[in-house]
Amino acid sequence: MSTVNEFMDLPGRLIVVEGIDGSGKSTQLDLLHKWLRSEGYVTVFTEWNSSPIVRDTTKRGKRKQLLTPMSFSLIHAADFASRTHEQILPALQAGVIVLADRYIYTAFARDAARGVNRKWVRDLYSFAPPPDLALYFHVSLEESIRRIGAARAEIKFYEAGMDLGLSEDVSESFRLFQGRILEEYDTLCDEYDITRVDAHQSLVSQQVLVRDLVEPLLEDMPRREITNVPTHMHAGYVSLAAGGGL
Amino acid sequence: MTKVQFYGEPPPGIDQEWLPGRLIAIEGTDGVGRSTIISILRDYLEANGWGVVDSGLRRSPLVGPGIDQAKEGHTLDPITLNLFYATDFWDRFERIMLPALQAGMVVLADRYIFSLMARAVVRGAAREWLEQIYGFAMIPDQVIYLDIDAEDLVLRILERGFDFWESGGDYLHDRSIYDGFMQHQREQLHEMSVMAERYGWDVIDARGTIEEVFEEVRVAVMPTVESMSRP
Repeated sequence: MSTVNEFMDLPGRLIVVEGIDGSGKSTQLDLLHKWLRSEGYVTVFTEWNSSPIVRDTTKRGKRKQLLTPMSFSLIHAADFASRTHEQILPALQAGVIVLADRYIYTAFARDAARGVNRKWVRDLYSFAPPPDLALYFHVSLEESIRRIGAARAEIKFYEAGMDLGLSEDVSESFRLFQGRILEEYDTLCDEYDITRVDAHQSLVSQQVLVRDLVEPLLEDMPRREITNVPTHMHAGYVSLAAGGGL
Repeated sequence: MTKVQFYGEPPPGIDQEWLPGRLIAIEGTDGVGRSTIISILRDYLEANGWGVVDSGLRRSPLVGPGIDQAKEGHTLDPITLNLFYATDFWDRFERIMLPALQAGMVVLADRYIFSLMARAVVRGAAREWLEQIYGFAMIPDQVIYLDIDAEDLVLRILERGFDFWESGGDYLHDRSIYDGFMQHQREQLHEMSVMAERYGWDVIDARGTIEEVFEEVRVAVMPTVESMSRP
């Protein structure tokens, strides 16, 4: 069983993004990922709820609405454990950069919003290596709803916290549940070393900030010799920097 | 009535303070005869008018199929495997055991959290971590432990054949299946005997005939069952 002391010897870097749906965190991580690759860094990307071994069970549970707050919490921990074992730890041992779209703080926020004991969830995830950089994309409830509304026609049952019976109305339930999650994230930012990013800013200025925060972590990270880099990647970075007012 | 108490902090969604039923956990290692004894005990109790529900590992509608599928691949690390089983346990508790206890039935749990903890400990998981997670489990009215030693156990297993996981195949790679089985079972049995003492289980010698073991189990559980109002 891994302990914090063992994690300290891992040569890789772990960068995670957090935030509610519609905060834009995945877009920012995707831009970061493309930039790192264009610079020749070896990166491993992992996202919440994607373990090939566990994912199908979670999906079935959601589709058939079999999940309760505790089983929701446990099955997501199983998914995370599987990805920790197969993706995150090997990459950190190999000394490369791991990019995680959502990390343990997602579980801390959501499970607490579902009434699960906060200490119990933290203990549950004690096998997780602590990140080198955790970014929380903070967005207001109104803005997130506006963005999700534009991108998606329907809010899913568990995303709306419909299992909690907060409201019969999906939109209202979503509002109440995501509001609780926002409060939990606020607490988590104080409890852990999590950097807040104002996700109301322009996409470009957020990305400039993200790259500034990531840059110091890149020292000693292995890079591939870059030959024949597609020109649009460089052009993209230049125009991004320009757009950010640099 | 059974007072609802948990090993750790009470999990969300359990509002009852008292339950009319009785929760009896039957613990014991692979192949010790748990399922046979439970089946006979169930018939016996039902014939005497008690309502009985039994629940065994991997039978949760949520996780059961997923665990079976994952185990076929032999790719599970100990932590993921344990969390799969923890989810299975919780799902069965909420869906099967708790409603039966509310309805005043006798719940015979074919294994409880202790087997799950022992399996994970021998595979290198931290005992403290496991105790924290399984703090969500309700304290049963009684735990019956079917005790056996690896030497007697292996004679029974030989007849039905060895199983990859029961022989620690996932972490004892360099052993023959016999050596793997013996080492894995000895270590598990040791973990279980430590817990038997610590939690004060009713230990029953499982080396006898089915009739002998059943009679001992029957005598041990009847006071618990009969502490409910008679049918």
